[in-house]
Amino acid sequence: MESPFRSEAAAFRFLLITIGAFALIVGASAIDPALGFLVFLILAGAAVAIYLRQRGPAPDREHVEHVGAPDERRILVVANETVGGQELLSVISVRALEWKSEFFVVCPALNSRLKTWTSDEDPARAKAQARLGVTLERLASVGIEAQGEIGDGDPLVAIEDAVRTFHPDEIVISTHPVGRSNWLVRGVPDAVRARYDVPVTHVVVDLEAEAAAEPAEDA
Amino acid sequence: MTDVSLHAEALHDHHGPPEANQSSRVDARTLGMLLFIGSEIMLFGSFFAAYFFVRVVNPSAPPEWPPEGYHFPVFVAGVNTAILVTSSFTMHWALQSIKRGQRAGFLAGMVLTFVMGLAFLLTQVVEYVNVGFNTGDGAFASVFFGLTGLHGAHVAIGLSLLGMVIIRGFRGHFSPEHHHGVELPGIYWHFVDVMWIVVYATVYLL
Repeated sequence: MESPFRSEAAAFRFLLITIGAFALIVGASAIDPALGFLVFLILAGAAVAIYLRQRGPAPDREHVEHVGAPDERRILVVANETVGGQELLSVISVRALEWKSEFFVVCPALNSRLKTWTSDEDPARAKAQARLGVTLERLASVGIEAQGEIGDGDPLVAIEDAVRTFHPDEIVISTHPVGRSNWLVRGVPDAVRARYDVPVTHVVVDLEAEAAAEPAEDA
Repeated sequence: MTDVSLHAEALHDHHGPPEANQSSRVDARTLGMLLFIGSEIMLFGSFFAAYFFVRVVNPSAPPEWPPEGYHFPVFVAGVNTAILVTSSFTMHWALQSIKRGQRAGFLAGMVLTFVMGLAFLLTQVVEYVNVGFNTGDGAFASVFFGLTGLHGAHVAIGLSLLGMVIIRGFRGHFSPEHHHGVELPGIYWHFVDVMWIVVYATVYLL
């Protein structure tokens, strides 16, 4: 949605539209007050519909500045339910072997919209904290030092916050497979690619397949 | 030492409060003006609610508007409306001029906008003096003075902003690259005009 007051030019255009709209309303009211009210309702409905359908211009791609030693690579890992997935751990391990890497794991505290509106976030944060703790321990057990934090429930906001403080050279986003991933429905990986000028790796973790494969491997 | 490592060192050796984290992708100053205008819309909305209550919802609402025996100076207010709307055109011209580096056009546009805004305000004062009723003459008079007076106060604030832009403009401030200080008062001025269109159409014409 675009605000009609986002700039002087937009506000000026909105003023002209307002003049035209009220000229119609006053003209119709002069014929019949009920007609004037009807014109007002139609114009108000049309204005709301246009406003809701408008898509703002895509913001410029943001440059993420490299910090730290030139040979060091800072990798931001964003995952929640899939944070302990084998596929994701493999990607992290490969990065750790390839580069002198520093990892920062963000687990967005996923919550329902109703609970977010009512500030009922403690259970979601506790779950995210538990997953994060297990993952960091698991990484440490294979010699990968990583730090992490719980992020905002909105993955894009969580990534935005982490980018500000961590300055990653690469962002790794882990999701469920297509069909089970809410983040894919929302287009989170593509949105992050469009927003930042660092490589974005999308890792698909199929926890069900991993769980099904485990007994076979044990056997 | 490279620029990159210098920057990293600066980040780690930084003293004082950390740099403000700006999650919003809207410029902070523009966002501030948007939030301010949002609050203004709610303020005007409360006055319009009172107005429609007095005129429509109230069981003892007068059958005519304005009530019998009273008269609104529709023509004078119409001329005043034309003046205010024209001032938005000159405001737009002023901003377009400074964006193109035309200082003369910018200053002329700003001064014209200010003069027209002042003319609007003075005409409103004259209208108040000659309107023939006062705030104590019933609820209709209260909402009339309340709504138009609230808008007049906004015009006065807008004139203060325009005055500051004019002073800065004559002192050589603003350029095609730096004109945010003109853009924001411009947004506010157009908002004040939009609200007047609504007030004029609702109170005087409908």
